[in-house]
Amino acid sequence: MYQYDEYDHQMLADRIAQFRDQTARFLSGELAPAEFLPLRLQNGLYVQRLAPMLRIAIPYGMLSSKQLRKLAYIADHFDKGYGHFTTRQNIQFNWPAIADVPDILAHLAEVEMHAIQTSGNCIRNTTTDQFAGSAANEIEDSRPYCEIIRQWSTFHPEFAYLPRKFKIAVCGTQDDQAATQVHDIGLFIVRNDEGETGFRVLAGGGLGRTPVIGKEIRAFLPKQHLLSYLDAILRVYNREGRRDNKYKARIKILVKETGVENFREKVEKEWRKLKDGPLTLTDTEFQRCKRFFHDPAYKHFEPQSPALEKALNTDVLFSSWYEQNVSAHKKPGYGIVTICLKKTGVAPGDLTSEQMNFVADLAERFSFGELRVSHEQNLILADVEKDTLHSLWRALKSQDLHAPNLGLLTDIICCPGGDFCSLANAKSIPIAEAIQRRFDDAERLRQIGKLSVNISGCMNACGHHHVGNIGILGVDKKGAEFYQISLGGSAENTTALGDIIGPSFAQEDVPEVMDKLIGVFERYKLADERFVDTYRRIGMTPFKEDVYGKAD
Amino acid sequence: MARLIKDRAVVEDQWLLVRDAIEPNFLEGLDGQDVIVPLQVWLLQREAVSMRKGRTGVWLQSHELPQSIAEDLPSLAVIALEFPIFSDGRAYTSARELRENLGYKGELRAIGDVLCDQLFYMSRCGFNAFAMRPDQNLDVATLRFEDFKDGYQASVDKPLPLFRRRG
Repeated sequence: MYQYDEYDHQMLADRIAQFRDQTARFLSGELAPAEFLPLRLQNGLYVQRLAPMLRIAIPYGMLSSKQLRKLAYIADHFDKGYGHFTTRQNIQFNWPAIADVPDILAHLAEVEMHAIQTSGNCIRNTTTDQFAGSAANEIEDSRPYCEIIRQWSTFHPEFAYLPRKFKIAVCGTQDDQAATQVHDIGLFIVRNDEGETGFRVLAGGGLGRTPVIGKEIRAFLPKQHLLSYLDAILRVYNREGRRDNKYKARIKILVKETGVENFREKVEKEWRKLKDGPLTLTDTEFQRCKRFFHDPAYKHFEPQSPALEKALNTDVLFSSWYEQNVSAHKKPGYGIVTICLKKTGVAPGDLTSEQMNFVADLAERFSFGELRVSHEQNLILADVEKDTLHSLWRALKSQDLHAPNLGLLTDIICCPGGDFCSLANAKSIPIAEAIQRRFDDAERLRQIGKLSVNISGCMNACGHHHVGNIGILGVDKKGAEFYQISLGGSAENTTALGDIIGPSFAQEDVPEVMDKLIGVFERYKLADERFVDTYRRIGMTPFKEDVYGKAD
Repeated sequence: MARLIKDRAVVEDQWLLVRDAIEPNFLEGLDGQDVIVPLQVWLLQREAVSMRKGRTGVWLQSHELPQSIAEDLPSLAVIALEFPIFSDGRAYTSARELRENLGYKGELRAIGDVLCDQLFYMSRCGFNAFAMRPDQNLDVATLRFEDFKDGYQASVDKPLPLFRRRG
C-alpha cells in the first residue's frame, strides 16, 4: 500500500499544528462556532446528538494491520472501545472530546492516517472497489489512480469551499462494487482500441434528497489528463453550482439544470486551458504510484486445494461461509475473504477494539498484513491462501466474526441513524436489528439469495437506500418515526434507483412488511432468479397488493 | 487609514473602496485618490473613471466573472474579489483565472469576510493582498501564510504540482 515520504509526513504535521491552533482558539472563544465549523468539518469533526463524532479517512478502503491496531488504540483511549465503518470506506468514532481531537490526529499521523476532508463542502475521500488489485475480473488496479486523486484533492486550495460536498469513485473491475454511478464524479477505467488506459467519466450522480444516476460526459479520457480534467469539472462546479439553496447545491442539480450537453461543453472549454499543462501526469508519477500496489509475494499454487476440498466436505458451517463470503481471486490458490460485520444484534459496521486487534493479527497471519473496508461496511482480507481458509474461519468464529451472510438479506447497509446522528429523522440501527432477527436463519437466507437491504435514517441517504434492492428510509410523520420502503434499486453495473411502494410504515410493522415482500418474491421467483430480477420482471403490483391488500 | 496585509506585510491601505455608486457624480472630490470601483461602475463609466487623477481598481462580487475585464487588466492596478461570506469559495476560482489564464500581474486583493484561517489557500490561488474583516488580528494573520510548507497541487505560488518536483 501507499507509503508516505517526507512531503506527505510534513503536510500532515503542518495540518495537525494548524488544527491544534484552531481548536485552542475555538475553545478560548476567540474563534466563533460558525467560523470553526468548516475548519473542524474538514478535519472530520462533527458535533452530534450526544457527543462529537470524528470521521477518519481510510483512503480507498486500504488499511494495514498496524493502522487497524492504532484505530483500536484510539477506540480504547479516546472513545468507548468501538468504531463504526461507514459507506464511504471511512471509520467513525462517536464519543471523542473536542479538546482531544488534535492528539488523536497526531496518533493517526504516526501510522500515515488522517481525518482530512472527511466532511465539509470539499472533495471527500475517494472510494473504489474493495477487491481492487486482487479481483479476478479486473481491467486495471484502481488504487494507484485513487492515490493520485487523493493527493490532488488533499488541501486543494481552490476547492475547499465548494457549494456542497463532492465525492469521487473509481472502478477498475468489470462488476462495479463501488456504487460508482451514484457519485458526483464516477471514473471507470477503460481501454481504447489502441490498448491505452483511460477513464470513462460520469458526472452528476448522487443519492440524498434528489437521487440521480451520473451522466457520461466523456467516453474516453486518456489517463495522463486525469487531473486537468478533474480540475476543469471542479472549476465549473465551484463557479456555477448553486449556493442559494443547500438542497440544490450538489453537482447533480447543476448538470440537470445546465443540461448534460451544455455542461460537457463548459468542462471541455475549461479543460482546454489546462490540458497539456503542468497537471499532465507523467510516466514517472504513474510508475511511482503503481510501485506501492505491486502484487504481494504470492506463492505458486495449483487451482485446486485438497485441504480446502476436504474441509468443505466435512464442515458444513465452514462450507456455507465459504460459499457466501469467499470471492474469486486473480491468482490460483488464493481467495478474497469478506468478514461480514453484520452479525444479528450488532450495529452494522461496528467493530470493538478487541476485534480490531484480533483482525489485525489475522491480516498479518493470513493476508500480507493488509485489509480493505467496503462501502457495504464489511472488512476484507484480499489475499488468503485457500489452504488456510479453514483455519482463518475457525479463528473468525472464535470472535463471532464468521457471519456467513455476505450479500444476503441480513448483510444490511445501515447509517448510524437517530441513535447518534443529529440529522436523522428516525432510528435505523434498531430497524436493521429487527429485520436481522426476523430472518436469522442461514438456510432460509441462502434460499432467498442475493438481496441488498439498505437503510438510511434520513434523506441524506448515508445508508444508500435508493440503491438497495429493498431500500428503507426513515421519515418523520408528525413527530413519529415512520419508514418508507422502495423496491428495485441496485448499485451494480445496472445501477437503478428504487421505486417507492406506497405510504410509509410504523417501526414495529417493518419486519412484517419485509416478510410479505419476501413471500411475494418466493412465490414468483424463477429458478435461481435474484430478488431484483424478479422485481424487474413482475413489477410493483404484486408486492403492493400483498403489503397493502388488494384495492376493491 | 485602514491597514491591510500586502505581500505578507501589514501596510497602510492607500485605496478607497467604493462599495456602490448610486450618485451619478460620485467621482467628484475623489481626484487624486486611488479608488476601487464596482465592476458595474467600471463597465458603464470606464472613461470617466480612467480620466481622473489617481489610480483605478475594480472589485468583483463573487458571481461576477473575471472575463468581463479581460481586456482592461493592464490598466488596473488593483483587482479586488469579494467574499460575501468566507464559505463562498467562488473567488478562489476567479483568482486563479486572473493569474493563470488571463495573466493578471497587479495587486489581487481579497475583500469582505476575509479571515485568517483562509489566508493560506487564498495566497496559493494568487491573492497577494488581504483587507481583513475588522475583528481579525493582522499581525497574527501574517503567520498563517506559513501554515503549510508545501502543497500537492499546481497553484499560482508553485506552478509545478508536487509530483513534478518530487524527484
